[in-house]
Amino acid sequence: MMLELASYGAFFLTVALTYAVIVMGLNVQWGQTGLFNVGVAGFVAVGAYVSAFLTAAPATGWLGGYGLPIWAGWGAAFLAGGLVAAAVGRLTIRLRADYLAITTFGVSVTVQLAALNLQPLTGGPFGVSQIPRPFGALAGQALSFGLANLALLAASVLVLCLVLEHLARSPWGRVLRAIREDETAAEALGKSPRRFRVEAFALGGAIMGLGGAMQAHFIGFIAPENYLPMVTFQVWAMLIVGGSGNTRGAILGAVLVWAIWAASSAVVEALAPAGEQARAAALQTVIIGVALCAILLLRPQGILREMRTVSRRIRPSATETGPSSPPDAP
Amino acid sequence: MIPQILLEGALTGALIGLGAIGLTLTYSILRFANFAHGELLTWGAYLSLSVAGLIGAATGAHLPPLDPFSFTWALPVAGLIAMLLTAALALAVDAVLFGRLRGRGASTIIVVMASFGASMALRSGLEFLYTSKPAYYTTELQIAMRLPAGMRATPDQLLMLGLTALVVLAVHLMLTRTGIGRAMRAVSENPALAGLVGIDTRKVIRVVWILGGALACAAGTMSGLLVQIRPYMGFDLLLPLFAAAILGGIGSVPGAMLGGLIVGICEAFAVHLIGAEWRAAVGFVLIILVLLARPSGLFGRAA
Repeated sequence: MMLELASYGAFFLTVALTYAVIVMGLNVQWGQTGLFNVGVAGFVAVGAYVSAFLTAAPATGWLGGYGLPIWAGWGAAFLAGGLVAAAVGRLTIRLRADYLAITTFGVSVTVQLAALNLQPLTGGPFGVSQIPRPFGALAGQALSFGLANLALLAASVLVLCLVLEHLARSPWGRVLRAIREDETAAEALGKSPRRFRVEAFALGGAIMGLGGAMQAHFIGFIAPENYLPMVTFQVWAMLIVGGSGNTRGAILGAVLVWAIWAASSAVVEALAPAGEQARAAALQTVIIGVALCAILLLRPQGILREMRTVSRRIRPSATETGPSSPPDAP
Repeated sequence: MIPQILLEGALTGALIGLGAIGLTLTYSILRFANFAHGELLTWGAYLSLSVAGLIGAATGAHLPPLDPFSFTWALPVAGLIAMLLTAALALAVDAVLFGRLRGRGASTIIVVMASFGASMALRSGLEFLYTSKPAYYTTELQIAMRLPAGMRATPDQLLMLGLTALVVLAVHLMLTRTGIGRAMRAVSENPALAGLVGIDTRKVIRVVWILGGALACAAGTMSGLLVQIRPYMGFDLLLPLFAAAILGGIGSVPGAMLGGLIVGICEAFAVHLIGAEWRAAVGFVLIILVLLARPSGLFGRAA
């Protein structure tokens, strides 16, 4: 019993941490730069499919399945997510913010459609199964397998978190927030808002792609229906709840929202009669949608406020009174 | 062959255009992309279904069919009542959600995010109430009539085209010839200045929601009559709606209508040339093309 509980805990946390990676990608785009991406699911799907394509075992009727190592799949997913985001960003980032929202929404719809219809590349509606899982040799022992995966994910999240916090404090990160707060002033200082925005959008898309690949390898199976706009919605809820502009908030939000999501699914499954499961799941979505709107109304800055990030060369005490103290999260 | 594709495209296009009018007005006057607009269509369709059911039950289901159409008097009456109810729903959502965010001066993106949440809640609410099984206003089968140039259409389809043309003409006249129409255009042009010259912005916003909701309901009901009613029908139309609004130039009612027709005809050709499975990508491709070539749309002015 204890053993089962522990391996369930490891499983739960691992899934939550794969979401945390995706939320960190969104935090680079939205939290740091103010870029509104409503197509998170699309970038996650690109990463998941690219990695599965390269690392799964060869199968008949499918062009993919090169049996490459998992780290190669992760790297390729990172690049692919970044490239797609860079292309979308170059096309639309000079336009008004909500045009970017509409376009990215279109990206996710189109990526999902491609996953469904490009059967030779993606396996079509049946998806790709038998994606290699990290520590596959341990698969027989549930607990050690779960803990090893959790350790890998935790380490990845930690590294990513440290890199992103370092980036946020770097000159590059400060330019991003300067552009977010006052584009004209940043431009007057000789910074090209467009270039920095495209870079931030690409980096965020790359991290989402990586998160998608991690998810695919951890679960071992992907299908087009895993990448519906619902995913975008979940990831946004995680970032808003945790507090945007704050990498730790992104992780906290991911774990918290995933916990609420999993718990409410369990309650629905336990309480709803067998024939009414779909209806009960719909009610669960209503509640989550209303909750998100309520958070936006009542506490738009999330649980953790935006971190005060200034140059490493300025002592923290100086920032308390200095003119450079950052404004509230948007 | 080609005239038939054009006719099919014009039919979907007319419905998209009707929905896009509300979207383009909210976009230009309230200044945010409302991701919940598709749900107004769906709610409109289901409200028509429910009211028609109530009328049917009240009259003992003995209404004679409206020859040559597939439905009885119950549907048009229900449609009109549902238009009022959908407008009320739009006003209610504005009162509890968008209005409060607006009053607080929340950034555009927070409002868009809220519309995303509202879309989720409204759609799943319908799925909970009516389940995800498709519903129909009528199970009557209609025989298509032969038209000139080898085209075929059912009487229902022709009626929808005629009604849409009438509604669009009425909205256009309202915007150009009446005081409230002029006030709406003034607010879309410059809200601060419009407020200064004594235009009641709150009233304008109410009219926008009433008009947007009623037209969305009309589009949803017609779409439900021609195809079927599903909880996801409006959500699936969202991208074509945005494409039509952007194509026509944000804020332009004739533009939204023309944009809708273009999107519908492009979809019809895509279905015939590439395959029906790619239909949903047509809106996306058109949005990208417009944003690249002419971001202000066909009828819009450069920002």
